[in-house]
Amino acid sequence: MTSATDPAVDPAVDAQADVEPGGRRDGFSWRGLLLQPVLVLVALGAFAVWRATADLTDAEARPLAWSALLGSIVDHLELVAVSAVVVLVIGIPLGVLLTRGPFRRATPLVLGIANTGQAAPAIGLFVLLATWLGFGFRSAVVALVLYSVLPVLRNTMVGLQGVDARLVEAGRGMGMSALAVLLRVELPLAVPVMLSGVRTALVLLVGTATLATFIDGGGLGLLITTGINLNLDALLYSGALLVALLALAVDWVGRVVETVARPKGL
Amino acid sequence: MSETTVQDQRTVSGVAIRLEGVTKRYPGQQKPAVDAVDLEIAAGETVMFVGPSGCGKTTLLKMLNRLIEPSGGKIFLGDEDVTGQDPDRLRRRIGYVIQAGGLFPHMTVGTNIGIVPGMLGWDKKKIAERTDELLDLVGLDPEVYRDRYPKELSGGQQQRVGVARALAADPPVLLMDEPFGAVDPITRQRLQDELLRIQEELGKTIVFVTHDFDEAVKLGDKIVVFDVGARVVQYDTPEAILAEPAEDYVADFVGAGATLKQLTLTRVADTELHTPITAQVGEDSAAVVARATEAGEQYVVVTDGRGRPVSWPSVAELSRTTSVPGTRDDRLPVVGLRSTLNDALDTMLAASQGGVVVTGRRDSVAGVLVVEQVMAAIQATRGETRG
Repeated sequence: MTSATDPAVDPAVDAQADVEPGGRRDGFSWRGLLLQPVLVLVALGAFAVWRATADLTDAEARPLAWSALLGSIVDHLELVAVSAVVVLVIGIPLGVLLTRGPFRRATPLVLGIANTGQAAPAIGLFVLLATWLGFGFRSAVVALVLYSVLPVLRNTMVGLQGVDARLVEAGRGMGMSALAVLLRVELPLAVPVMLSGVRTALVLLVGTATLATFIDGGGLGLLITTGINLNLDALLYSGALLVALLALAVDWVGRVVETVARPKGL
Repeated sequence: MSETTVQDQRTVSGVAIRLEGVTKRYPGQQKPAVDAVDLEIAAGETVMFVGPSGCGKTTLLKMLNRLIEPSGGKIFLGDEDVTGQDPDRLRRRIGYVIQAGGLFPHMTVGTNIGIVPGMLGWDKKKIAERTDELLDLVGLDPEVYRDRYPKELSGGQQQRVGVARALAADPPVLLMDEPFGAVDPITRQRLQDELLRIQEELGKTIVFVTHDFDEAVKLGDKIVVFDVGARVVQYDTPEAILAEPAEDYVADFVGAGATLKQLTLTRVADTELHTPITAQVGEDSAAVVARATEAGEQYVVVTDGRGRPVSWPSVAELSRTTSVPGTRDDRLPVVGLRSTLNDALDTMLAASQGGVVVTGRRDSVAGVLVVEQVMAAIQATRGETRG
């Protein structure tokens, strides 16, 4: 009948070659990821040059000394890190819980509270909590958590709801317990969406943590408020620039984690 | 139970399933979705559930592995009442195949297949061996496919892995919920052939839900026709249901093309296959040509080292080569022994060929079937139904 034609190629092998062009997609996203840290480093370099050559008054030079700056940055990151841990510890389990059976009914209520937390003006939240819980680090963390828990909570829920119901049924149908399906199927598949929520929350935290200074919570916000109060532009601009660079750097780390942690095969 | 001789010869590794008054009521609905169904399924049989959508056939299937909890009645596997058993443990003994395989996209093919054995506490080496064995069984090369992700497979291949995964822990019972609904007709027919071949080897008890009556006739040892509330209208062999529909309802469901549907009842294995001249890849062409000429054959089936067909060149084509070429013909029309004449005809038409190569165990060549034989079979059945 027909003679032997071209060398046999399994159609699936062909299709695969189209889907996975030798990691080209990965390479592309890595190149995109490279731009952000380069910009941050260039800006930081420019700041260092300015800092070394600028003619500063004593009141400006002291808080802008490298050791003082480093202290402010560490304070700031501490606020962000502690708040982020609390946000994850609350947001992810709560998000999981709200997608399980009977707890689904509580979803509108909890999302409502989280929405209010984020919609309320951050500065108002800080001051209100401070008058209630006292000034200092702890109140600042509580306010930051209230302000940034929403993206983590919502993305956990959206990520889990986005998992194909048939896969859950397949898992249960082969004898996996509900917990096993959650841990081995649902959460891994929801990871990309969840991580993008975490990244959003982190960036929000870096920016909003500047307000902590109003309730004596420390951080880079101190530079900005001092700059405004004492009319020292050098402090104001330095503070603003460093916060912006910090937010970009944190965002970049988040993107790298998202790329690395994305489950293979998706 | 009327056991036919064919079934006696088969390997049986399945167990019988018995339903007693199985009922499912949903709150707020007057009529039960499944109303007191009694059903007995013999060990090692393939039973097809057919009926209109919403008749409760899928609900009934999912009550067998308790993805849906029955509101009443009892379910037995063999002599064991499993109605009160822990569902997770029960399900590890029952293979479950759904549309498109339901593979987990973030796990490799190997990991997907190894899930149930892993839960049963098998050691890694045993799981790896079992995975390779199963991939081989469903016709996928383990070396090539073991470490692929599901998205790197075609729909048909995913479905095969789905079947392999369901068979992983060698469960006696296999539940299949419209597994071949989402693939194209040619792939579906291949998958059906493969299921028949696997079932011949293993003899599981298979319960298979479909809305395609032809599929039911082809795959089923028995067919259950359901009406609303999962009322069993007829439970019999495909032949009997086609010949004597129990009610007008069944006759309507079977459809008007019943005469030609008899073609679906005739298996390729039931016809007299022509034994072709075969040649191994790499053999000396002149010797093969001489062999074919002596036998008066126009064509030669070329096979690989494992006896699987590769191409089907004419003697004239072969005589132009020095050794038999190993290039695979992608459009080579192939059907299994358990395929129906209907499938064989479809395959010929799809490939624009006047015949098909028939394969048996492990996809090795069993013979060839030409269009004249199919036409003769059509003539014969038309004669029968008229006479």
